[in-house]
Amino acid sequence: MHPNDPLYRVLYIDLTKKIYWIEDRRELFENYLGGAGVAINLLKEECPRGADPLRPENPIVFAVGPFTGLYPIASKTVAMFKSPLTGNLGESHAGGRSAIAIRMAGYGAIVIKGASKHPVYVAVHGDKVFFRDARALWGIKSSITVARIIREKEPGAGQRAIMRIGRAGENLVKYACVVTETYRHFGRLGLGAVFGSKKLKAFVVSGKRSLPVLDKRRYREIYKELFDTMVKSPLMKKYHDLGTAANVIPLNKIGALPTKNLKESKFENADKISGEYLAEKYLGRRLACAHCPVACIHLAALREPYETEPYFYKTTFISYDYELIYSLGSMLGIRNAEDMLKVLDEVEVLGLDGISSGVVLAWATEAYEKGIINENDTLGLRFKWGDYETYIKALRYIVEQPNEFYKALANGVDYAASKYGGEKFALAFGKNEMPGYHTGYLGYFGFLVGSRHSHLDMGGYSIDQKALGKEYNLDELVVKALREEEWRQILSSLVVCFFARGIYKPEIVAKALEPLGWNLTPEDLGKIGAKIHRLKYEFKFREGFDLDSLRLPHRIFETPTPHGYLDEYKFKEMIEKFKLLIQKQI
Amino acid sequence: MLTKKLDIIDADRCVGCLSCVFACARRYGEGGYDRSAIAVRSVAGVEKGFVVIVCRACTDPPCAKVCPTNALVAKKGGGVFLNPNKCIGCGFCRNACPIGAVMWDEAANKPIICVQCGYCVDFCPHDVIGIVERQTEGV
Ligand code: SF4
Ligand code: SF4
Ligand code: SF4
Repeated sequence: MHPNDPLYRVLYIDLTKKIYWIEDRRELFENYLGGAGVAINLLKEECPRGADPLRPENPIVFAVGPFTGLYPIASKTVAMFKSPLTGNLGESHAGGRSAIAIRMAGYGAIVIKGASKHPVYVAVHGDKVFFRDARALWGIKSSITVARIIREKEPGAGQRAIMRIGRAGENLVKYACVVTETYRHFGRLGLGAVFGSKKLKAFVVSGKRSLPVLDKRRYREIYKELFDTMVKSPLMKKYHDLGTAANVIPLNKIGALPTKNLKESKFENADKISGEYLAEKYLGRRLACAHCPVACIHLAALREPYETEPYFYKTTFISYDYELIYSLGSMLGIRNAEDMLKVLDEVEVLGLDGISSGVVLAWATEAYEKGIINENDTLGLRFKWGDYETYIKALRYIVEQPNEFYKALANGVDYAASKYGGEKFALAFGKNEMPGYHTGYLGYFGFLVGSRHSHLDMGGYSIDQKALGKEYNLDELVVKALREEEWRQILSSLVVCFFARGIYKPEIVAKALEPLGWNLTPEDLGKIGAKIHRLKYEFKFREGFDLDSLRLPHRIFETPTPHGYLDEYKFKEMIEKFKLLIQKQI
Repeated sequence: MLTKKLDIIDADRCVGCLSCVFACARRYGEGGYDRSAIAVRSVAGVEKGFVVIVCRACTDPPCAKVCPTNALVAKKGGGVFLNPNKCIGCGFCRNACPIGAVMWDEAANKPIICVQCGYCVDFCPHDVIGIVERQTEGV
């Protein structure tokens, strides 16, 4: 690492005492690069064993990496905290301008501790931290309005990130998200509720600076090589043209698109909510995270007439991607794009995680169908596949929590099912609502044992798809999946967006680190990745994660995957194999 | 005379990736964007699109007119040339530019002036900016 690179500076903010300080944590960055690697260390230091996720003792850690601000697509911020949804390791990544802003403010990581008594928002402008009164912002209906107000008040236009929560976070919905730059999210595992529990309405970061490199000529050359590969790569073109929504049709075709709470794996209306259809009829704008040439963020422009006045329209921009189309589209049986976009918009306004919200509503619909819950529970709502208006009302109830039923829904599908029944079709893994890939063994295996129960942990969904029509040796694939997750620890420590994983291969990463003053071989990187993974698992075990008591929702065995019906016994074998590997690691 | 200058071809295509901003800073062989002569920011929230702010290479540049030390002088064919040794960092030039294209180097406390080199153009993946030729009068 270059001796003058400000990456080693960690900003600590104490919300209880309203004080802040900066520490030199060079050794952490030298050993763990940044991002996930540094964040798990800081989390372990700051989060006491058995901490209550919604009490002041739960810290929030943000971390960026050595490539941020120096190479393209190192554009993610890693957030770590104890998750209120799972009661275990919480890790969520978001792009937008967040990573660049933290780096340009002069930090490699930020730790937020304690809790305020009254609502505040915190603004970090370079070396200065301001605690601002947010009482007037608390309770504002839309998370988008909150950002508009802050945008007017704070300096640093074009160089700042405005992270904020909606009412879901204020009301401690366990899967509330944090929104940044309106269309990017720390979506999963409830960071929004942790913000809410600290009475932290928003977190603004801005700054402007130069970052030194050791070998300027090499740096410029390698940058150009990377950049050219990125803009020419067909994969990047796919993400730019249609975005991740391009996956709807292919997944539907192979029968891997969870539909109507996974009663089916093909959706008859998939065409009408597909990436192609949305791009043709609704695409209004494409956006990029800061320092990413790909621009995969797709905004639909939805034009709606006002009922009271003729020829008077409002146009709303709504971001969409594959995960949301799955969870708030096919999972709910929503038959056309316009209805789906309206649900997506409500989720954004309230500040909920889109995936969890959809899975929770899908469970509620089936529970209602089966008579497990009735209109007394739902306050008169009649859940029905495709009925987007009911779903929008239900989302508002989840945030307001007017009765026991909606309180239960606000705790996640695992909790709701434990109270009302219907566990067999409550689609959560490790208490986290499932992502949209009914692809086969490896996908589900990843949700189950991936350190954050996300499809992105080991990319199992992609291993499944690649194995179609080939030999499907689960024993070998378990090893492969674990190695993949270990390598992804390096990517998320460099905070490289996973879409660029095909470009940032071990050799390229080592080469790109060199002119910045790092001396690491691909093998070194591999070891660091495994070490970070081990640290995460140690934290998980410390907080009660147990590989022997994992729950697999029965529904996944009832609906065929592209690899046929899954066999529960095989999962037991895979977990045994994984246990051996993990024990070796720890 | 015929000169080349950086121009905005179509700002509506801008995705706000900042690749151009980082490219300009790399002319100095550094990361970040403290010394970038080009800026991109959202119009009023990203959904409304972006403005790309860059020197227009005026043929009668107001920034040079207000410089008290002649550090900033008009170039033939448009644009300005900065002599940092003469510059006292008063900031008049910055205030004089109606489009805000005189950027500021906080560390050196001096303006950053686009030199119309076109390095940024190669890094805009969406054809927002380009180098165009233009005919200027006289000189
Ligand atoms: S800041 Fe420097 S270049 Fe600008 S007007 Fe003042 S002296 Fe001239
Ligand atoms: S033309 Fe050169 S100096 Fe001007 S903004 Fe582009 S890279 Fe910077
Ligand atoms: S490189 Fe092009 S698309 Fe990206 S911010 Fe600059 S002008 Fe906009």
